[in-house]
Amino acid sequence: MLKELLVILVSSSLVNNVVLSQFLGLCPFLGVSKKTNTAAGMGAAVIFVITLASAVAGAIYKFILVPFDITYLQTIVFILVIAALVQFVEMFLKKFMPALYQALGVYLPLITTNCAVLGVALTNVQKNYGILTGVVNGFATAAGFTISIVILAGIREKMAYNDIPESFKGMPIVLVTAGLMAIAFCGFSGLL
Amino acid sequence: MNRLENQQAGKEGMGIQVKERLLNGIVKENPTFVLMLGMCPTLAVTTSAINGLGMGLTTMVVLALSNVFISLLRNIIPDKVRIPAFIVIIASFVTVVELLLQGFIPFLYDALGIYIPLIVVNCIILGRAEAYAYKNPVIPSLFDGIGMGLGFSVALTCIGAVRELIGAGEIFGIHVMPESYVPVSIFIMAPGAFFVLALLTAIQNKVKINGEKKGKDMSKIQSGCGSDCMNCAESGCSRRLVEQKVKEDKNNA
Repeated sequence: MLKELLVILVSSSLVNNVVLSQFLGLCPFLGVSKKTNTAAGMGAAVIFVITLASAVAGAIYKFILVPFDITYLQTIVFILVIAALVQFVEMFLKKFMPALYQALGVYLPLITTNCAVLGVALTNVQKNYGILTGVVNGFATAAGFTISIVILAGIREKMAYNDIPESFKGMPIVLVTAGLMAIAFCGFSGLL
Repeated sequence: MNRLENQQAGKEGMGIQVKERLLNGIVKENPTFVLMLGMCPTLAVTTSAINGLGMGLTTMVVLALSNVFISLLRNIIPDKVRIPAFIVIIASFVTVVELLLQGFIPFLYDALGIYIPLIVVNCIILGRAEAYAYKNPVIPSLFDGIGMGLGFSVALTCIGAVRELIGAGEIFGIHVMPESYVPVSIFIMAPGAFFVLALLTAIQNKVKINGEKKGKDMSKIQSGCGSDCMNCAESGCSRRLVEQKVKEDKNNA
């Protein structure tokens, strides 16, 4: 059991990195990676929401959708649950944990439409993960997102001083960087 | 007699509008090459031309159906809850299309995998719902959906064909490169997707810079959700389109 969880942890965070090999959550990955500290804040918010969402979505799938035999509604149910969950988390943090809200608050609304959250919930169902395995998978996926966005932000900070051809300024050079990072992450496939 | 003429004029007007909508989606506001929307599926499924075409057509069906439905309901849906309402409508159609694919085109269902249910969060669909279908009658909305969907299909097929050609020496599974060609297989793997998109955005930048030098209005060309994500995610990339629309309306008035 523990070994299985460890394998999931490594494979979801490094080998099958959510951004660099599955292309989920590209919007925030490209948009919020100008500075390392905002990137880390976004990463923390994503870890928080995805872990929570995979627990809630897993529970709803197991205790509501499967017993009533309505698993084909999973897409609709998951997207609504995630949207509601993010709103709820935002209100909860604002009321009870103002410090954490200060740190993560701006990033929370960004995550509602993040395809990575829905992607993880659907992958958990597709791979027949239980609730615990699903939560571990969610956490690992989000950790992988955080690792890659922080690395990209670090590179972009350095790159700001470089002389870049005019047509490659802005998005194109960031995408080239992401491509090189994806090559580097291919190297992790030897781990498993 | 008069009525007949009117009807004919109406039909002609409709024809022009339909043509304008289709052209708008395929060329003028091509969702991939001009607006840079929906990049997740664009990168993920374009490992071959056939996958790109399949994804594009699947998205087109969902887009056309949801546009029609949202346009029909545009006077009933309250303004404040329109985004959740759009999402539920879109998610229903995605589920329908997913089940149809699973039943009738299983090879495509297996190839696209998790990216079919993820059509729900594709910004193009929510963006068109918000920017067009919610404000316009049914027929133009239908053709707006078909036009945008065709534009998306054309773009995905082109990107898929280029990646397949360089990465495997084939197009639509038919070998076209000479025997001595060694495929650069990185192009059908994940990094290749980033490189292809980087080149695309660079070309787009070049066109934009050249256009601005000649004094043309290039504000329509966007460099992806990435450049203004703070706005984009609040209503699923659609706010950018809405703001643009509002500005246009103001200019007209």
